[in-house]
Amino acid sequence: MPQGDHIELHQKRHGRRLDYDERKRKREAREVHRRSKEAQKLLGAKGKRFAKKRYAEKAQLKKTLKMHDESTSRQKIDDDVQEGALPPYLLDRDQTQRAKVLSNTIKQKRKEKAGKWDVPLPKVRPVAEEEMFKVLRTGKRKTKQWKRMVTKATFVGPGFTRKPPKYERFIRPTGLRFTKAHVTHPELKCTFNLDIISVKKNPNGPMYTSLGVMTKGTIIEVCQGFHLCMKVLVLQHAANTNNETFSFYGMPLKVHHILCMLLSH
Amino acid sequence: MCQLVSPEGDHLGAALYLPQNVGPSQLQEIVNHLLHNEDKLPYAFYIGDEELSIQLGAYMQQKNANVEVTLRIVCQPQAVFRIRPVNRCSATIAGHTEAVLAVSFSPDGRCLASGSGDTTVRFWDLNTQTPLFTCKGHKNWVLCFAWSPDGNHLVSGSKSGELILWDPKIGKQLGTPLTGHRKWITAVSWEPVHLQAPCRRFVSASKDGDARIWDITTRKCIIALTGHTNSVTCVKWGGDGLIYTGSEDCLIKVWETSQGKLIKTLQGHGHWVNSLALSTEYVLRTGAYDHTGKTYSTAEEMKEAALTRYKKMRGNAPERLVSGSDDFTMFLWEPTISKQPKARMTGHQKLVNHVYFSPDGQWLASASFDKSVKLWNGITGKFVAAFRGHVADVYQISWSADSRLLLSGSKDSTLKVWDIRTRKLKQDLPGHADEVYAVDWSPDGEKVASGGKDRVVKLWMN
Repeated sequence: MPQGDHIELHQKRHGRRLDYDERKRKREAREVHRRSKEAQKLLGAKGKRFAKKRYAEKAQLKKTLKMHDESTSRQKIDDDVQEGALPPYLLDRDQTQRAKVLSNTIKQKRKEKAGKWDVPLPKVRPVAEEEMFKVLRTGKRKTKQWKRMVTKATFVGPGFTRKPPKYERFIRPTGLRFTKAHVTHPELKCTFNLDIISVKKNPNGPMYTSLGVMTKGTIIEVCQGFHLCMKVLVLQHAANTNNETFSFYGMPLKVHHILCMLLSH
Repeated sequence: MCQLVSPEGDHLGAALYLPQNVGPSQLQEIVNHLLHNEDKLPYAFYIGDEELSIQLGAYMQQKNANVEVTLRIVCQPQAVFRIRPVNRCSATIAGHTEAVLAVSFSPDGRCLASGSGDTTVRFWDLNTQTPLFTCKGHKNWVLCFAWSPDGNHLVSGSKSGELILWDPKIGKQLGTPLTGHRKWITAVSWEPVHLQAPCRRFVSASKDGDARIWDITTRKCIIALTGHTNSVTCVKWGGDGLIYTGSEDCLIKVWETSQGKLIKTLQGHGHWVNSLALSTEYVLRTGAYDHTGKTYSTAEEMKEAALTRYKKMRGNAPERLVSGSDDFTMFLWEPTISKQPKARMTGHQKLVNHVYFSPDGQWLASASFDKSVKLWNGITGKFVAAFRGHVADVYQISWSADSRLLLSGSKDSTLKVWDIRTRKLKQDLPGHADEVYAVDWSPDGEKVASGGKDRVVKLWMN
C-alpha cells in the first residue's frame, strides 16, 4: 500500500507503460485460473478463510442469477395437484364448518373427560387428617413437627424419586406403596391382578390426589391385559397418549373393591 | 260435478257429472278417452294440490266439500314406464386414487364416466362393473364433465382451467386441451341435439367470471360471455338456444348464442347463485334417447327424434328456470317472458346447493345444507313436501326417469331414495365410507352411480 502519492504523481507526469493495457487485460484473464489454483492449493487456516469467502460469493452470485431469471410473464396456474379434492360447489367454501365441528367435538370430549371421572360413588366419608397422616417429630431435640407420614396405601409410579429428605414434607413409606391392584368385575365376578398406572382422583382433595394416596372412593387407572375379553369394564387409558381418544369400555369399577383385596407389591 | 283440467290449465272437455264411486282408475279411462290416446297412459289426479287416491265420494266426505261447486281435477300425465327403486349396492369399483368429484351416465345409459381429484377421467363398463378406460391428460383435479347429448363426446373441465375432449368409445383424448379460462372450470353444458346434430358446441363456466362457447370441430373458443363480476357457478344451455349463467355476484344472465350478446339479467338473489335448473333439462340431457332404448344411426334422425321429444316435453308453456342460492331461497323464473321472478321459494334454513327439475317438469327438488330435500310444484313453485332423513348437508340430487323417485346424496355418506307419491323415504342406501359428492340415475332407470370422498364408485341396482 503506497503511503503517499508518489506513484500517482509519476503516472501523471510520465504516463503508463506502453503495454500497460495489454498486460492488465492478460493479468485479469489469468485471475480466474489464479483463484482456482488458490482454491485448490490453499491449506489450513488460510484455506478455510478462502473457502468461506468463496462460498459467500457463490451464494450471492446465485441469488443475482435467479433474480435475473425471473420474468413478469408467468404460468397462469400452479401445476401442483393438491390433496383433498373437492367438487366445484365446495371449492369456494372454506371448511370452517368442519373445523367448528371438530372443535366442538373436542370440547365435548373434554367435557366428557371431565365428567368421566365423576363416578357415581356412594357418598365417601371424608377422611380426617389425623387418620391419614402421622406426625413425625424431627430435629435434634425432636421438636419440629412439620413432617407427616402417610398411613394409607399409596401409589408413586415407576419413575419416582424422593425429594431430598431435608425438604420432604410428606413421607410415603415403602411398605405402603403398591404397584398392583386386585380388580373385581362386579358382574363377571372375577378378579384380575392388574398394574396400577396412576391415581386419578382422590375425593378428599387434590393434595391427596397428588400424593397418590388411595383411600375409599379413589379413582385409579389400571392397565388392562391383552387376553382379557372385550366385555371387561375397566377404565383403560394409555397414560402417554396426547390425543383424546380413550377406549372407554364402560362404567368404572367400584373402587372400594380394590381396597378389599389388597395388594401385592 | 267435476271439471278435468290439464296441468297447464286447459279444460279437457266439458264439465261432467261423475258418480261417487269413481276412483283414479276410472278417471284415467275417462281422460284417455277424452284425449283420444291410443295407449292407456297413466295419470295422477290432483284436487287442490292434493293427490286423489280414493274414490270421489269418500274424498268429498273427508273434505266436506260443497257438492254444488264444480270440482277442478288436475290430471298430470305420468310416465308410462315405472322405475323400480334401487335397494342394493351391486358393485363398489375402486380405481380412482383421489376423491371422485363427478359421475354421470351417458345419455343412452350405456356408459358411465367419473372424474376425480387424481386428474383422471375413468370410464366404467356397466355389464361387468369393471374399469374400461382411464383417461389421463388433465393437470389438476377433474372438477366437472358433460356428455354430449348424442353420446359421442365427453368434455371435462379441470381445476387448471383447461377442457379436454374425449372419445368415450375408445377412451382417447381428441386433440389438445382447450385453454382459455384463467381459473378453474365450474360447469359445462352442451348445446341441445335438437338444435344441432351432431353436437358441436358447448359452453363452459369458470371461476374467472366468464363463460365460453367452444366448437369442438375447430377446437376453438368461439365466443366468450363476459359480464359477471365474480365466479360463474353454473351454466345451462336452454332448449330454445339461450344460455343461462348463474354467478357468485348474485345475478343470472341470459345470453343468446349466435353472437354472445347479453339479453337479460335476472336480479333478485341476495347471495351467490349456486345452481340452475331448467324444466326441460332432462330431455336436453338425454337428447333423442328415451326409455324405449332405441338407437339412431344418423344425426338427422337423432335431431328429429330429439326435437319431437323436446316439443312434447315443453308443450306450449315457456321454459322455466329455477335458481338456488346461498341466501336460502330459490326463484322460479320464466326468462323468455319477464325479468321478474314468477315465484320465490323460501323455507330452507341453510344454503340451497342443488336444484333439479323432474324429468316430466312437474316437480322441482332442492337439496340444501340444512339436511333436507324439499319438493316443490314445478309449475307454480309452491312448496309440497320436505324430505328429512339425512344427518348432514345434502349435496346432490337426481331423479329417476319416470319422475316417481328422487335420489339424494349427502355429506353423511348415505344416499336416500324418496318416493314422490307417498312423500316418504323409500330406501336408505348406506355403504359409502365418506361424503358422497356426486350421484346420477341412469336414464334407463336400471342403475344408480355414486362417487365420493372415499375414492370408490358405487353402482346400485334393484
